[in-house]
This record gives sequence, structure tokens and C-alpha cells, in this order.
Amino acid sequence: MSRPPITGTLTDTLAAARRQRGRRRAGQLAALAAVVLALVALTLMVGQSVTPPGDVARVLLGRDVPGAGFTIGTLRAPRALMSLLTGLSFGLAGAAFQTMLRNPLASPDIIGISFGASGAAVAGIVFFGLSGSAVAPVAIAGGLGVALGIYALAWRGGGVAGARLILIGIGMAAMMQSVISYSLLKASTWSQNEAIRWMAGSVNGATLAEAVPLALALAVCGGVLLLRARDLEALRLGDDTAAALGIRVGWLRITVLLAAVGLVAFATAAAGPIAFVAFLSGPIVSRLIGPGRSLLLPAALGGAVLVLGADWIGQFALPMRFPVGIVTGALGAPWLVYLIARSNRVGAAS
Amino acid sequence: MTQSLVTEDLAAGYGSRAVLHGIDLTVPPGRITAIVGANACGKSTLLRAMSRLLPPRAGRVLLDGKEVHRMPARALARQLGLLPQAPLAPEGITVADLIGRGRHPHHGPFQRWSREDDAAVAAAMEATQTVDLAERAVDELSGGQRQRVWIAMALAQETDVLLLDEPTTFLDVAHQVEVLDLLVDLNAARGTTVVMVLHDLNLAARYAHHLVALAAGRLHSAGPPAAVLTEEMVAHVFGLSARIIRDPVAGTPLMLPIGRHRSGGAGWGS
Repeated sequence: MSRPPITGTLTDTLAAARRQRGRRRAGQLAALAAVVLALVALTLMVGQSVTPPGDVARVLLGRDVPGAGFTIGTLRAPRALMSLLTGLSFGLAGAAFQTMLRNPLASPDIIGISFGASGAAVAGIVFFGLSGSAVAPVAIAGGLGVALGIYALAWRGGGVAGARLILIGIGMAAMMQSVISYSLLKASTWSQNEAIRWMAGSVNGATLAEAVPLALALAVCGGVLLLRARDLEALRLGDDTAAALGIRVGWLRITVLLAAVGLVAFATAAAGPIAFVAFLSGPIVSRLIGPGRSLLLPAALGGAVLVLGADWIGQFALPMRFPVGIVTGALGAPWLVYLIARSNRVGAAS
Repeated sequence: MTQSLVTEDLAAGYGSRAVLHGIDLTVPPGRITAIVGANACGKSTLLRAMSRLLPPRAGRVLLDGKEVHRMPARALARQLGLLPQAPLAPEGITVADLIGRGRHPHHGPFQRWSREDDAAVAAAMEATQTVDLAERAVDELSGGQRQRVWIAMALAQETDVLLLDEPTTFLDVAHQVEVLDLLVDLNAARGTTVVMVLHDLNLAARYAHHLVALAAGRLHSAGPPAAVLTEEMVAHVFGLSARIIRDPVAGTPLMLPIGRHRSGGAGWGS
């Protein structure tokens, strides 16, 4: 089409503003990544005892360090890795759901998808004797089942209404939690630690072997989500506008749904449904970095900050030891109440 | 090069409800077309079917002879734009950022934003006089400003054909005229083919080169406003008695409704 000739000045101004925004965003992402790395270092170095960075590095490089080998290699490193991976996964999946459904309440841990994965995993372990790598597929099936169930129930006349979907999801979450409770009651051999892991999420006793499938899932599902980040941003303008911009909305929804549920399910199979990390991460980073840009990558980093920080606080900064899910749960619950109160004020129609 | 947009025996609907039946329509390239009709007669549905938001039940929509529902989504979005009736502005998004979203179909997943994109956004801002609003948040703008910003986003998409679904709803009369003047400017400056759904018959007759009247999902008449906006058409399409006079301002037909009250004996045959 013929664009009328324009003066270069406005174009230059816009280009300069864009470059400045790009630099600011790169700076923000670098700062978030630095916080994540600092918390990983904190988890590796500071526990019941403080290990100097040199010893930590030697253990990670596979050398034998008397007195530190077990603490770092068996306890702290797998714990740090698991916290990092679950945080990235929950943060990314949460922001993907919230962006796709245009609602901060539409996070997998609020609308029952995390609990669906957790419930299916627990039921599989208790009633069918599953273990190890057989748990993840069951968790995925549980998460997907809940997601599809919510969609089917919320479907009305050619579309899915936001408020309806979230209320149905909250109901689903309650049902799935009762499945978890029932399964835990039926199993006589559970330790308190395992029970808490499936109810609220915990990285206690994490092993490197458990982290491998999650790392793969993060690479695949996370990669898919980041590739679709720009399309997801366009979806925030409404389904019709997104379609007019050349996005196949139905296909995008299915892709994002599968990838995000996959991430949540693998993370849940590894560490339980770490409460509210998916829900909190996106809104927190959006307040830090401002509106208008895709939240997926920042929210992933924010999720890692939340899990690493909350786990360390739960272990060492409180009078007694709490698993990470209890700490994030205490952070997330007031925010949930605030959002629900606010959404009712804004209008029941939305 | 402007492109031809044609529907052939087009039928469309939602669920079990058929809305459009056998629409044969040729949109004149490089001109402004307004679709008019009573509430729920299928005006928006026609626009949605023409832009592939809604798959046709039967018939075809052809853009330059190619069927739009078989074209790749991104390629179509570079040629045909649509501004829906109620687009959503994400909380806190700035005007410049929102207008930039119009560049989406010109990007692949790995493509970086280019100077070409900046130039398109700058041109869209200048055409819609939104330059001064660039750094403002869209949600704090007035209705008229916001509509200009949305049109700017559609312009940044740089399509030859632009469809607009009731671009003047929720605007007062001054802003309605402002938006329509803007569309005439665009049509004149860029040769963009404009197709819009309009509620106001008189504004439609004044601003459109080509008027399309729908009645109950079927094409009633199409052509220049003087041929389409007739007393017979208003009676058939809206079920309303009316007089048509010459608009003393624009010279186009002007419809004066005749209700049961306050019509001073100007009804049929008087």
C-alpha cells in the first residue's frame, strides 16, 4: 500500500523511545536474573552452617571437599536446582494462563489445575502403586483433565466467560484438594513431609534425578510458551482484534494450554503444587516492570525468586522450619482475598 | 494497488442460528462503503465473515480473487484489517505501544522491530493526530481520543482494506463527525478501501460512496447513497415511515423519520 511520505523526525523519536524501552527491559531482566543467581548462591552457601564460595564451587565441580561434600552435593545443590526449576515453571505457566484468559485470578493454582495434577499424582501413588517417572504422565493427565473440565463447564454459547471460568475453577480446586486429602488418609505409610509436599508443595529431600524430567519439560514447554509470547500479548486486545492481527486464536489457546499445563504438571510431580507461586509471580513483576510488555520471561524469573526466597526463609529465617509451600501460601492468600474483593467492586459482569 | 473484495452467495451464523443468507456483494475498491440495517440484521456478522473471524456456512469471500478463509492468517492480516466494535486495551498500555501492536502481522516470531515499523507507526500517528498522546495511557483517554488511537493501530497494520465495526458508537456527534472525516482523509490519502458498519443512516449517506442495506440477513440493496437511501428502503429495512429530502449541507439524501407523534401530518400520502 502507498504510505504518504513522512518527515523522519517522528520516526526517529519513536525509534529512540523504542531503543530506550528495549534497554530498560534488558536491564530489568538482567536485574531479576541477578536476584535469582544471588538466591541460588545463598541457598548453596548459607544453611545450618556457612560454606565459603570456594568450597561450594569445588563440590559443584565434582571435587571431594571434606565436611562440605554431603551438605552441598546431596542437600543444598538439588534443593537449589529444584527450587529454581519449579519457580521458573510455575511463574511462566501462571503468567501464560493469566495473559491468555486476561485475568490475574486465572492462574493454574487458583483454578485447580495444580491441584488436579497433584491429586492425580497422589491417587496414582496410593491406589495404583506408581512411582518415579510413571507419576509425571498421571499428573499431566490430571492437570489436563481439570483444565478441559473447567473449559467444558464454563463454555456457554460459543465462548468462555472469565468470571464463570474462575468460579468453576475454584470449585474444581476444592474438589481436587479433597481427592488429595482422601488419598493421604487412605495411605498409611505417608510421612508428614510427603503429605505436605502434595498439599502445599515442598522441595525437602529433592534429588538431582527428580529434577531431570522437569528440566526437559521446562526446555520444551517453556520454549513453546516463549515463542508464542508475542501472540499472547496480542490476545490481550481481545479475541477479535487478535484474529484481525493474523493470529489463529483457537490454535494459540490450545498450544498455550497444553504447554502451560505440561509445565505445571511436571513441576507438581517434582515438588507438589507450590502454593500461589504461579498466581503471585506475574502480578508482582508487572508492578516492578510496568505495563505493556510480555510478562512471561519476567514472571518465570519472578517465580524462581519466590520459590528460592520462600524456601530459604522457611528453613532458616523463621523460628521453626516450614516447607516452601507454606511460606508462599501465607504470602499469596491475602493477595487472593484482595483480588477477589476488588473484582467484585469493579463489577460482577467482568 | 487496492484490492477487490467480493462475497459470493455468502451464508454465516453462530451455532444453530443462521444469520446471513446468500449475500452477493462487491465492495468498490478504493472507496468508502457503509453497511446499514436494523439491529440484529447481520451487519457485524457480515463484517466478521468478510474478515475470516467467522467461517462461512456457504459461499465464499474473495480478496483479489483469493478465498480469504483459505489464506494464511498472517498474510491476510497484511492485506485486510478489522477494527472490532469493542477492542480491549490492556491496563496501563501507552498509546504508542498500542498503535505498535498493529505491526504484529508484519513480524515473524524471531523478527526484530525495524525502522520500517517505526515509520508505519509514525505515519499512523500523524494521520490520526495522536502524536501528542503517544506516552499517555490508553485507559485515561476520552472516548473520541481512544477511537482515534484504535484507528491508528489498524492503520499501522498498513492494509489495503480496512473494515470497521461501528467506529462511532459511544461517541457524541462531534466525535462521530471527527472519526468519519478521518476515515475520508485516509481513503483519499492512501486509497484505502474502507468498509464500515454504521448506525446513523444520514451520516452513512453523507460519508460513504457506496451504501449496502441489509434486511434480516439478506442483501436489500447496494449502490450510491442516492439510489439506496429511499423511502421504500427505510420502510422495508427498518419498518419505519420516512421522508427523504436533500441534505442542504452535503447534497446527499437525508432521512427524516415519521413516528406516530410529532410528525405534523407529514405521513404517507400527505
